[in-house]
Amino acid sequence: MNGNDKGGGIAERSMGFGLRALNRLAGSDLLDRIRVRKQVERALFQGTKQGFRSATAAGRTFKAAQKLGKPARQKPGKPKGLFDITPDDEQQMFQEAVREYAAEKVRPAAQKADADASTPPELLAATNELGINTLGIPEELGGVVGEQAAVGSVLIGEALAHGDMGIAYAALAPGAVATAIGHWGTAEQEATYLPAFAGEDVPAAALAILEPTPLFDPLQLSTKARRKGGEWVLDGTKALVARATDCELFVVAAEAEDLGPALFVIESGAKGLSVEAEPAMGLRPAATGKLILEKVRVPEGALMGEGKREAYVECIHRARIAWCALAVGTAQAVLDYVIPYVNDRTAFGEPISNRQGVAFTVSDIGIETEGMRLTTYRAASLADQGRKFGHEAALARRLCAAKGMKIGSDGVQLLGGHGFVKEHPVERWYRDLRAAGVMEGALLV
Amino acid sequence: MINLEIPKKFKPLVSQANQVATEVFRPISRKYDEAEHEYPKELDMLASLIDGMNEGSDIGGAGAAGVRRESSNGDGGNRNGSNLSTVLGIIELCWGDVGLLLSMPRQGLGNSAIASVATEEQLERYGGKWAAMAITEPEAGSDSASIRTTAELDGDEYVLNGEKIFVTSGDRADLIVVWASLDRDKGRAAIKSFIVERDNPGLKLDRLEHKLGIRASDTANFTLQDCRVPKEALLGSPEIDMKAGFGGAMQTFDNTRPLVAAMAIGVTRAALEETRRCLKKAGVTVDDAAPAFGQHAAAARLLEMEADYEAARLLTMQAAWMADNAKPNSLQASMAKAKAGRTCVDVTLGCVELCGSVGYDENGLLEKWARDAKILDIFEGTQQIQLLIVARQLLGKSSSELR
Repeated sequence: MNGNDKGGGIAERSMGFGLRALNRLAGSDLLDRIRVRKQVERALFQGTKQGFRSATAAGRTFKAAQKLGKPARQKPGKPKGLFDITPDDEQQMFQEAVREYAAEKVRPAAQKADADASTPPELLAATNELGINTLGIPEELGGVVGEQAAVGSVLIGEALAHGDMGIAYAALAPGAVATAIGHWGTAEQEATYLPAFAGEDVPAAALAILEPTPLFDPLQLSTKARRKGGEWVLDGTKALVARATDCELFVVAAEAEDLGPALFVIESGAKGLSVEAEPAMGLRPAATGKLILEKVRVPEGALMGEGKREAYVECIHRARIAWCALAVGTAQAVLDYVIPYVNDRTAFGEPISNRQGVAFTVSDIGIETEGMRLTTYRAASLADQGRKFGHEAALARRLCAAKGMKIGSDGVQLLGGHGFVKEHPVERWYRDLRAAGVMEGALLV
Repeated sequence: MINLEIPKKFKPLVSQANQVATEVFRPISRKYDEAEHEYPKELDMLASLIDGMNEGSDIGGAGAAGVRRESSNGDGGNRNGSNLSTVLGIIELCWGDVGLLLSMPRQGLGNSAIASVATEEQLERYGGKWAAMAITEPEAGSDSASIRTTAELDGDEYVLNGEKIFVTSGDRADLIVVWASLDRDKGRAAIKSFIVERDNPGLKLDRLEHKLGIRASDTANFTLQDCRVPKEALLGSPEIDMKAGFGGAMQTFDNTRPLVAAMAIGVTRAALEETRRCLKKAGVTVDDAAPAFGQHAAAARLLEMEADYEAARLLTMQAAWMADNAKPNSLQASMAKAKAGRTCVDVTLGCVELCGSVGYDENGLLEKWARDAKILDIFEGTQQIQLLIVARQLLGKSSSELR
């Protein structure tokens, strides 16, 4: 934390991003443990890989604990006076821990997770243990962060995706549901669902917005929610939902009768819900699937954000920032990988990096990655300060979609034929980076 | 604490610079584009005003003279200083007119060189004067280590001989900072810069260039013939330090590259704002929440250009902020210059295309900005030179390995 921004006492500071969050991190012996523990081979039946439709997970029963009179909300931070690109101390420590974890555990597991189309459960458990998915939960409901933490989420998403984007998607997807409920949930929804996300056994959950249609526009949804006898009835299909078969809880976007696009909380046990495997070009460790809603009836109280358009639009923007963060981490991974490669690889008697055609491509990867990072940070920082950030989020999105993909493509190109084969991870990054321009919803900051 | 907004304390400066751009630069922008080589006399009054702005605050001003590198950042806390404020001021002024900014008395890149490396004595002696920068020669552009102009010590004077081209404000400035070699056999380490008074009889103006853009700014070519300057006119150390090599002379560029990037940002923003207005009139607006490709192709293109602009702008602010905080920023300065230069060209040309004949004809300024833009991807190190610098840094290569 920098001198000028220092708050009053330690109590006040702990309201911010982090002492309590750090405590949780420090209290966990996870980082030591995962280094010595042998990875358990996963041989679980994976519904998503079977290609036929299956029921959603039975799921636990969520019950409202202590219900608050009105929904608890994380407060926006104070607007900051000075320009600054340094994360505060707590953010840096968090970032360091996740970076280390991503390098030690996530990257080595990435290739197999990609091939298996599933993320090992111990990696998912580890993310939960690090408290990464609690960043959007208000303190009153067991969260560890008092103020909104879009920047913190971006830093963590970036660090995790440097390990692997698909595993990051799988690991961060439940956090998106917690954050959505923390931001736009009713008091009842918060009391019912958030304690589970703040606890040890975090449920698999997904924020399902994207639909299987070309030129998808999150403001023009095909999924409809009709009012019927004090209930909502939903019909439609959602695409590329992370760990769809395992999910115990969904937040689903639908065009609500008389209201417009809105979010609904739906438990996986609801009748009429089913999932279908939807393996894709990339993000394979997230075991993506389609979520199909056929006359799914949910109570009136399932509607979030009072069906307000601003809430929904904010959700769309926050999701795009999250995907930008993953794109930045992956783009950085490409840069870090190609530099030693082009320096070691020789052709015509010298390292290929002695040639401008190769070297300038590396420069461009570096320049555009840094640009992507800064635009993403700016959008997130505005969000945390309670200021408008829709335009900045749109710019970050456009940039990360276009430049992120170019970086993925250049990464493969620099390795030539070696980039095309699975011996090197760049072909996976190529596949994953396309997602930054495709995904809507699913993750949140 | 991450915050990428314009700091509150610089808002008055930004607003002042914007007023100058709106009230002074824009109304005469076309006039001096057409009247090439005519001195924009409106700038004299303005220059005094800007001197006042620089004097009156500890946060630097709107011109290149404000930049002086911090050797340390004091208490270690976050600093927003003169590098950042100067970048912000330049963005605003170039939103008005980049050619006129380059013609601003006492705000030349030579001033920036003097501010960067001059001794206290030299600062005193040359302070308050307008200094241009003479590096390029007919046979040495980007390859500034191979310049042929020589400086020979003769008693208490250096004698300069050679030819210099593309000297911005060379005709109008009071001083010319001339790069010359003390010993052509010793390569780049022997290259030093010398302050030459404009009225030195050994400095002969050959001609002024007619240009694609920035026509308000004069671009001069000189011959130096037995041009004698006092020993004290050498900037920095007279020693030929083979180890330090080119570092001393090139150090200036770490400070000035973000300034040229800032110029590009200003021009880019001018074109984007005008195009947004133009497209709105035509019924096309950008919806930030809707995906780009569901919108009008022109809206999608505008969004794409704005995204590049945003990245370039933040890279530029980052490079300046690092200089304020005594962080080495050679890499970031070149990243900013490369991104801003190419973005400026791409965006201004894209804006002309989107606006059609309205953008292409001389009734508006879009076509002018598109012409002005190109130099910003060339001077202070071309796009290719910036990519070279970035690549060497990222790959850990020397200039002999990656040429």
